[in-house]
Amino acid sequence: MNYVLRGIGVLAAVGTLSLLAFSLPSGGEARGDGGGDDLMPRLTHGAWQQECASCHLAYSPALLPRASWRRVMGGLDQHFGENASLDPATQADILRFLEANAADSGRSRIGDKVMQRMDTKAAPLRITETRWFVKKHDEVPRATWARKSVGSAANCAACHRQAEKGVFDEDTVRIPK
Amino acid sequence: MIKRIAWAGLMLLSAHASADTPASFMARYAQEAGVAVTALSPARGEALYRGEHPGKNGAMQSCASCHTANPKQAGQTRVGKRIEPLAPSVNPQRFTDAAKVEKWFRRNCTDVLARECSAQEKGDFIAWLNQIK
Repeated sequence: MNYVLRGIGVLAAVGTLSLLAFSLPSGGEARGDGGGDDLMPRLTHGAWQQECASCHLAYSPALLPRASWRRVMGGLDQHFGENASLDPATQADILRFLEANAADSGRSRIGDKVMQRMDTKAAPLRITETRWFVKKHDEVPRATWARKSVGSAANCAACHRQAEKGVFDEDTVRIPK
Repeated sequence: MIKRIAWAGLMLLSAHASADTPASFMARYAQEAGVAVTALSPARGEALYRGEHPGKNGAMQSCASCHTANPKQAGQTRVGKRIEPLAPSVNPQRFTDAAKVEKWFRRNCTDVLARECSAQEKGDFIAWLNQIK
């Protein structure tokens, strides 16, 4: 009996410790993006995924430079018309992760591509304003963006059906009617 | 040593298991507002949920704008992401995490009402949602 209890205890401890380990902030992997610019770097960060993805897709940090992420995270109480404020510790934790993996961090191919088309001092607030994004979507007519089934250009997953997995290649695109 | 770690693990798990409930939030907010739990009003909670207020873009908005008129249904954020239902009867995850509850009251009351909600309002709100079967 005692051994059974002890066994349960050990299992619980191991489970708890591994849960804790996975919820700790991680810097993600460098260059874990397969080399193309239609696959987002594979990153894991508990607070980023939990907080940012509660309202929208957790946009890859590789799509904006550090200066942009500092602006975004500095104005969360007025985040594109909504209050997305966080407690200071979580906010700082997420910003560190975004900066470490930003377009100008040199950690992803896609980030390099975004930076190739960006003025060095630019710090756009919207991914959709970057020249890289505009060029990538130049064949999509304005009316398509306005469709109710799309909603807005912020809704990547409307057309990129595997966006949640970081997959953005053209084969996975289905534009809704 | 292993035993001590095991017990620490069990304690953490049990602390997790004894998370908040809608009833414990109602008790807390009633106390904060200085009223009895029985003085919380589901009717006022529903009025708060459905109340329309001018939004930043000029259109009227309410909690129901994103959460839909029926809190047993899933809603949608402005950019199209699913919002799980608010009513605890269909979504037992609701009102079980104090940090989360406070975060969303702070954000959404400021967005919809242009001010924070009072403890009484939060208590009324949960009292209404919690009696939806």
